Amino acid sequence: MTPQIAVFIVLAAVAVAGAVSLILQREPIHSALSLITVMVALAGLYLLLGAEFVAAVQIIVYGGAIMVLFVFTIMLLNAGLEERTNVSRMARFVGVPLGIVFLIEVAYGIGRATMHMAPPVASPVSTRDLSNLLFREYVFPFELTSFLILIALLGALVLARREDSN
Amino acid sequence: MNEFAAQHPILLVALPKIVVVLFVLLTALAYLTWFERKVVAHIQARWGPYRVGPHGLLQPLADGLKFLFKEDVTPAGADKFAYFLAPFLALALAITSIAVIPFGPKEITIFGQSTPLAITNLNIGLLILFAITSMGVYGVALAGWSSNSKYPLLGGLRSSAQMVSYELALTMSVVGVILMAGTFNLSEIVNAQQGFHWGFVPRWNLIGSPMPQVLGFMLFFTAAVAETNRAPFDLAEAESELVAGFHTEYASFKFAMFFMAEYASMITVSCLATILFFGGWLSPFPQTPFWAWTHYISTLVFGVAGLALIIHGVRYLTAFGRVVLPAMGLALCALAFLCSLGGVIEIIQGPFWFLLKIAIFLFIYVWVRGTLPRFRYDQLMGFGWKVLLPLSILNVVITSLAIVLTQR
Repeated sequence: MTPQIAVFIVLAAVAVAGAVSLILQREPIHSALSLITVMVALAGLYLLLGAEFVAAVQIIVYGGAIMVLFVFTIMLLNAGLEERTNVSRMARFVGVPLGIVFLIEVAYGIGRATMHMAPPVASPVSTRDLSNLLFREYVFPFELTSFLILIALLGALVLARREDSN
Repeated sequence: MNEFAAQHPILLVALPKIVVVLFVLLTALAYLTWFERKVVAHIQARWGPYRVGPHGLLQPLADGLKFLFKEDVTPAGADKFAYFLAPFLALALAITSIAVIPFGPKEITIFGQSTPLAITNLNIGLLILFAITSMGVYGVALAGWSSNSKYPLLGGLRSSAQMVSYELALTMSVVGVILMAGTFNLSEIVNAQQGFHWGFVPRWNLIGSPMPQVLGFMLFFTAAVAETNRAPFDLAEAESELVAGFHTEYASFKFAMFFMAEYASMITVSCLATILFFGGWLSPFPQTPFWAWTHYISTLVFGVAGLALIIHGVRYLTAFGRVVLPAMGLALCALAFLCSLGGVIEIIQGPFWFLLKIAIFLFIYVWVRGTLPRFRYDQLMGFGWKVLLPLSILNVVITSLAIVLTQR
């Protein structure tokens, strides 16, 4: 077992455990903390694949910025414990089997795909190469995406304003 | 032995470096509290700590022991897990960030392994630093939320909002430096600042070409002071409004951990400001034979400080002080002598200038705290979003324009 595989197993286990705990926790803040754990573990996995920049940005954007907003909102609203209900009959007879089938399907798909995949790039992808790709070859989709995000932001602002004036 | 070293470079090189850096950092933290109390006291025409040891030099030790032996209370109804996690998170993240800071240019040799004067030298060092800083919010937010108390919750909300807002300006303000250096690697950013205008003015990023980053530096330092929750941006712990803010309900060593985290981030920010804008470990004097005497500045500084300490120490009030102060002076003189030796003088230049610049920044930190009044909360948010952020974007635009124009 190479060190890479050992690190991968640890990170993957942390990510899966975090995801499970995210669903099982009843306290919203604990769920948010689990999600942060998942994000950081994913960043570690990216680092393992040699994607330094993506790993750092994963922590800065998802771990730092977006999850802070989640935690902030939960704190502001002072959300109480989540309520648990018994699984409805519909979910028990249709939802659960369908979920299991879907899981098997995804696992099978990933297993097949990775079997024929080329080994990952050995050397880390430098930030310079990445930015050259983003700002030269894919500059149009890149700017378009940022424009879309801007529109979404403005839309949210307009919606919030309208409610205010009423 | 050498074979073992070659097979396990982590054990023999990284671990000793981590231990040494951690030891130095924690000692520096402790004496930074002493330094701050002394400087603020003198600004306010007081003496500051004076009783515990000569000039209060043993005060940090006394404080640390006191924190260790205080009763550790957990408030009723607190969320135990988050309440315990918050101080650990705050301190661990604050200390981790020192790992990517390079202290000098020379490679040193430990057990036959050549290694840079930093715990790690990463290609994305600056990004990692910002990633760690961005996670630092959770320590404050969780502490405020988990205490199950009004003032901490308000303080936690305030400071997480503040840290998120100022993080934007902080990140944007260094883009100019990154554009000029063309890398995220902190040592390469320093190396890009080598050289001199007209032969004697250093080409540090602050006054570098093509675009001096004066604006960038001012934005960076302002945002960084706010990001570390220090005065005049210390609204998280505004005593008159919030008792002590997010750590009101913390006692004993958990409180000390928040305290240490704050001082550790001060040191990190000072390191970063030095590296990004003030040439890191580079000497402010050219490396020509005419300026060769500047290599002895470290000797001069330590020697004068040591002599002053001896002369002052032998006339000190207490017998303990009359022994300790001259002994410290002698140690400084010995250090001064060591710095002038042939082999050491080259190695000592980088770390000496680096530490000197950091010390100046730490002094400015304390100076600012001692002299400026606290912002009002709406002023703080308005300042961050309406002044710092647009100015930092302006700095990015001007710098990129200058770079494009000079490259033609």
